Amino acid sequence: MTVSEQGLIVPGSGKLALPEYMRPQPGNHPPLDSPGYKSTALRHPKQPLVLLPHRLTEVTGPLLGDELITMQDADLTTQHAGEPQGQRIIVFGQVRDSDGRPVPDTLVEIWQTNAAGRYRHSREHHPAPLDPNFTGVGRAITDQGGRYRFITIQPGSYPWGNHYNAWRPAHIHFSLFGRAFTQRLVTQMYFPGDPLLPFDPIYNSVADQAARARMVAEFSLDDTQPEWALAYRFDIVLRGRSQSVFEEAHA
Amino acid sequence: MSELLTPSQTVGPYFSMRLPWPEGPYVVPAGTPGAVTVYGRLLDGAGDPVPDGLIETWQASPEGRFAHPDDPRGPLPDGDLAFRGFGRAPTGHDGTYKIVTLKPGPLPAGDGRTEAPHINVSVFSRGMLDRCVTRIYFPDEAAANQADPVLQAVPADRRATLIAAPAGHNLLRFDIHMQGDNETVFFDL
Repeated sequence: MTVSEQGLIVPGSGKLALPEYMRPQPGNHPPLDSPGYKSTALRHPKQPLVLLPHRLTEVTGPLLGDELITMQDADLTTQHAGEPQGQRIIVFGQVRDSDGRPVPDTLVEIWQTNAAGRYRHSREHHPAPLDPNFTGVGRAITDQGGRYRFITIQPGSYPWGNHYNAWRPAHIHFSLFGRAFTQRLVTQMYFPGDPLLPFDPIYNSVADQAARARMVAEFSLDDTQPEWALAYRFDIVLRGRSQSVFEEAHA
Repeated sequence: MSELLTPSQTVGPYFSMRLPWPEGPYVVPAGTPGAVTVYGRLLDGAGDPVPDGLIETWQASPEGRFAHPDDPRGPLPDGDLAFRGFGRAPTGHDGTYKIVTLKPGPLPAGDGRTEAPHINVSVFSRGMLDRCVTRIYFPDEAAANQADPVLQAVPADRRATLIAAPAGHNLLRFDIHMQGDNETVFFDL
C-alpha cells in the first residue's frame, strides 16, 4: 500500500482513498429560491438536487497560479495614471478551511463600484460619475499562511430595481477557488455598520444570523495605516475536509 | 470544532468587468488536434436566454488525470502537462456559451466502479445566490454512461439532460435549462 498525506492507493485493486469535503449546514448558504430577491424566481432549479459524491473531479480543482496576476492587480488605486477619488482602504484577511487550516496559493478575485456607487460596465446605467482612475477589479494569490491583501477605495451604495427604493449596501464581490471543485466560492464582503444591511434581500437571503455576519468585514484600527488608509479584515472560510477517509478495500 | 463557512452570494450582473479572460473558454488552445467545442444556451424558467451568466468547467485530461496533488495516482503523464482542465466562459446576449476542450478520459470511482467521461460545470449568474452544479456527459459513451455511478443515481427520465447532443464534427451541444420540462439535473455538492 502507498500512503501519502493526500490519500491511499491499494495497488492493483482499483481502490482510491480521497479526501471528503464537509457539506454545508442548513442555513449557511442562501436558498436558490429566495423570493425577496426577485431575480431568483426564474433562475433556480425546481427539481430536487441530486447528491454528488466527492470523487476525483470534485476533490481536485484548478490551481490557478501567479502567472495570471501582477503586483498591480492587488492595488486598485495604482492601475491608472492618477489616483482614484474616494476613501482609500486596505482590505485584508485569511482564507482558511472550516477546520482552521490556511488555504495557500489560491486565487482571490474582487470587483466593486467606485466611490460614487458606479460600476465600470457597459450594462450599468446608474447616473453616478465614472472615475477615469478606477476600474474596480483586483486579483491576488494567498501566501503560505492563506493571507491576501488589497488596497482599494471604499465602494458606494447604488439603487437597483428589485423593489421600490431598493439600494444595495456597499460591498466588494469576492471569487475564490480553494484547492478543490468543492471549495469554489463567490461571495460579497459588506461593511460594518452599513445602515442598508437590514433592508438588503441579498445579504438577508442567508437565514443563519451568525453565518450572515461572516460576510461583514471587521474594522481594524491596528492595521489602519496612520495618515494613509483605513483597514478592514475579511477572513473567508471554505469547506474543510476529512483528513483520512478510506474506502473499504473489500477482497 | 469546525468554523462556519462564509456564505455564498450572487455573482451579480457585473462580473464581466474582470472574471472572463480572453483565453478563458479555451481549456486547450484553438487548433489543438482533436479539440471539441461544447456550446449551448443558458435558459431561465421562461425559456428566455440568460445573458449575464458565467459557465465554468473542470475536467480530467484525455488520460483521465488531474494536475493536482489530491489525485492519489500521482502527477500527470508528460504528454498531459499542458492540460489546464479549467474553462470559464460568459454567456452572450442570446445566452450562448462556448468551451473548447479535449474529451476527458474515464475515471476510477474509488470503489471498483468507473465514472464515464464527464465535465463538471458551475453555473453562476445574477439571480443565483449560489452556483448551480451540473455535469456534461458524452453521447458516444452509451455503455460507459450506463455504468456511471452518478448517472445511475439520477432518475432515469432525467438522465438525458446531462448528455450533450452531437452537433457536427468535434461539436457538441449542451443547453442548460434552469427550469421547465427539460430542467437540467443539478447536483448537491
